[in-house]
Amino acid sequence: MNLGGFCRNGRAPRGLFPPAFLLCGALFLASPSSLSAQTKNTCLDCHSQLDAPFRVDLAAFAQSIHAQKGVSCVTCHGGDSTSDDMSVAMSPAKGFKDFPAREQVPTFCAKCHADAAYMRSFNPSLRTDQYSQYLTSIHGQRLAKGDHQVAVCVDCHGVHDILPPNDSRARVYPTNVAETCGRCHANAEYMKPYNIPTNQLALYSTSVHRAALVDRGDLSAPTCSTCHGSHGAAPPGVASVVNVCSTCHVFQAQLFDSGPHKDVFKSLNLPGCVTCHSNHGIQHPTDALIGADKGAVCLQCHSAGDPGYETAAKIHARLVQLDTSIARSREILDRAGQAGVEVGPAQLDLNQAQDALTKARVAIHTVELESVDEDINAGLKVTDVTYKAGESALAEASYRRKGLVISLAISLLVLVGIALMIRKVESKQ
Amino acid sequence: MRIDSQENSRSLQNSGSREPAEPARRPFLELLLGSSIVASLISYLYPVIRYLIPPAQAELGPDLVVAAKIGELRPNSGKIFPFGGRPALLILTADGKYHALSAICTHLGCTVQYRPDLHEVWCPCHNGVYSIDGANISGPPPHPLEAFDVIVKGNDLYVQRPQNT
Amino acid sequence: MSAPGNIRNWLDQRFGWDELMAFLRHKTVPIHRFSYFYFLGGMTLFLFGIQVVTGILLLMYYRPVPDGAFESVQYIMTRVPFGWLIRSIHSWGANVMILTAIAHMFSVFFLKSYRKPRELTWLSGMILLFLVLGFGFSGYLLPWNMLSLFATKVGTNMTAQVPLIGHWILVFLRGGEDVTGATLTRFFGIHVAVLPGLATLLIGLHLLLVQRFGMSVPPSVEDETKAHPEKARELRFFPNFFLRELMAWYVALAVLGCLAAFKPWELGQKADLFASAPAGIRPEWYFMFMFQTLRFLPANVGPFAGDFIGVLVFGVAAVVWTCLPFFDNDRRGRSTRWFTGVGIFALAYFVGMTVYAYLGK
Repeated sequence: MNLGGFCRNGRAPRGLFPPAFLLCGALFLASPSSLSAQTKNTCLDCHSQLDAPFRVDLAAFAQSIHAQKGVSCVTCHGGDSTSDDMSVAMSPAKGFKDFPAREQVPTFCAKCHADAAYMRSFNPSLRTDQYSQYLTSIHGQRLAKGDHQVAVCVDCHGVHDILPPNDSRARVYPTNVAETCGRCHANAEYMKPYNIPTNQLALYSTSVHRAALVDRGDLSAPTCSTCHGSHGAAPPGVASVVNVCSTCHVFQAQLFDSGPHKDVFKSLNLPGCVTCHSNHGIQHPTDALIGADKGAVCLQCHSAGDPGYETAAKIHARLVQLDTSIARSREILDRAGQAGVEVGPAQLDLNQAQDALTKARVAIHTVELESVDEDINAGLKVTDVTYKAGESALAEASYRRKGLVISLAISLLVLVGIALMIRKVESKQ
Repeated sequence: MRIDSQENSRSLQNSGSREPAEPARRPFLELLLGSSIVASLISYLYPVIRYLIPPAQAELGPDLVVAAKIGELRPNSGKIFPFGGRPALLILTADGKYHALSAICTHLGCTVQYRPDLHEVWCPCHNGVYSIDGANISGPPPHPLEAFDVIVKGNDLYVQRPQNT
Repeated sequence: MSAPGNIRNWLDQRFGWDELMAFLRHKTVPIHRFSYFYFLGGMTLFLFGIQVVTGILLLMYYRPVPDGAFESVQYIMTRVPFGWLIRSIHSWGANVMILTAIAHMFSVFFLKSYRKPRELTWLSGMILLFLVLGFGFSGYLLPWNMLSLFATKVGTNMTAQVPLIGHWILVFLRGGEDVTGATLTRFFGIHVAVLPGLATLLIGLHLLLVQRFGMSVPPSVEDETKAHPEKARELRFFPNFFLRELMAWYVALAVLGCLAAFKPWELGQKADLFASAPAGIRPEWYFMFMFQTLRFLPANVGPFAGDFIGVLVFGVAAVVWTCLPFFDNDRRGRSTRWFTGVGIFALAYFVGMTVYAYLGK
């Protein structure tokens, strides 16, 4: 482009000027970032230097989702960020609002975040129901009653350093949620007025869900908000626990519903899954959880002599039977493998038995022996075959050893023969 | 045994003169040595001959296997077949398209199956559901199933790992 | 006349059987305190024979294509009766053969058996040693597993350091710019056709030269026998020496059988050209000293790349070592002692670096 040249030598045809002008203007408008970089923000000039609570960390603010999307100080706080005069910049006449008191925070954020039309201009798929959800939550209800200790938006999301929830540094990123909730809920001193337990974080930290989420990195594994909701946080009621768990554990819930426990639990006002599995500190279930032995959860209700007790003992025995049978097959196959015989195919087959055991462990949610038996028998059929494969592999190993011994014995005989021959030949010479 | 044993330490000039061997010991020693050498050769040849006779089971296939015959699968059905020692799933959809997927659930490794009623791939262990392309749709599976190519050659359906180019 | 006598007569008339037997009868092996080292050459030859036999047997099932190589070796190891034995003996035998070949070379070096008129024997032997290492290098890739794929990548990459023709050698070896299925085909051809052909010719020459000049006697022993001729001792080659050699062969076979039965050679993971390199890739033990040296070298030595210096030094050393008899022909001068010192250093370096590479992780 050579507009400058045209302008300087003044020989450009007249007709060219209007489009050239328009082009310049369009370029100017099309680069808002370079524009805003030049626009001064007098708020930050001061507030980046001030001490808490007036301080704004420039770097953190620059990385926040608001700064990224071009939401600046005045968007929330009003005022005039171009004026060097503090009294002008922060004059109520320019729409300046002081930072909100705690109880004002939800409405302060909701001004934008509950405005569907406005939010759509940033991201059409963003939800805008957070505020209305918050009003239904325990947090929101208590805030309305004048309890200023409860969580408001900024307690979980931050203030000027808010990151989108899919940023792994965000306090509301799945792997960080438990710590974020725990900042209050694990603080016994802070939670004293509410008279509720504060061991949830400690329990959750030992749970299978945390292991899946943090150790295995499976972001679909649950954290606090998965069951309690985030903005509408509240404990799920007894009746709805099954629904919460079944969003992931669909199959187990279906089987539970088809069995006799469903109605009984309801009549006893027992929460479904939690009764056996606990809630925050759910451990990886073992076969010891079911049965009639010490440590089995069945004993909470059942006792010796009643039919449920018998069934629990039988189901436990069946699970253990298949588990032991798999272990036995695995052990013999490993032994054969170490002896140098290739047992890869049999080891693959054994996976089917493991599948059957996994299915049986799901089927126990019906608490009916027949449905468990079906999977157990299928698995036992497989382990029979793999165990036999292990036996024949060991037989092959011993066949190899025997063959070696025979060939070594013959070699030894040859060696002795040669030695004698040498001696004889040389005694003659 | 030492190489420089006393007997042979003499220089070889007089080695030409040979004395007749004792008749009793010689045949025995030669018989022992001869038969043991023959036995050792047999012990070496036996495995070699067994090795040369090809086993009945055909060779383990490469990354290209015959999964089924044309017409073996009814429309809207699936079949588990071994692919490189692991289970794989061949599907014929209701509208007549073949799909081949790894049958190992990406959640905990159970073997998945085709559900004609859902028109989807389903893992019985934890109710994981995949599309017929292998994409994980619902339930716990964290990743899609590996998809393979299906090739029709004559009367056979071959399944092949996708060729990287 | 008896039947065996007839056959012998027939053979004698056709190609001088009696003459051949007479040659064998008169062939002798000198006996002295270093005579045990005479077994090493014969042992290496025997193990080479084992490699030829088991190699031909493996060819019955092996397929040199990227989609079938690993599977065919797996098939040999799991399905073919005694396939595990044949393949394990081939793999173990290769390693033992390289060990005896290296030992043979060092024993010849220290006993100074390469002196006039045996320069060509040494020369042919050295070329045979390089061929044997080539067998090892090319055979390592054939099972087409991860370890061998990456060891081959690294190994062939080193040839690119050779000045001027380095890149050409690399492309020639790999059958392209990278290690691919084309490399497998190429290595297979080299392993089962090119190298065996060359090795057979050279072994023939090597043996011919050994027969022509007889066994060399070390200088120290030579001096002693000159002083006391009555102490010179010899052993008939046939049957005395041959029977002893035969015993050693039986022992060697028994050792290989034990190794195969108790520690069958591993199969590994099938090679994946697009996978990233697995941890712990390493060449076979006989290349370890070079591998370890290159690890020690800094990235740059003066204006040159460290690898280039390493390859250059090894290349020059190999050439000098091969041409040794032409430098060290002096019977007993200061220089010959100096060469012994160099040999001790070389042996210590080889052993030390190899041991260090395996222990000092």
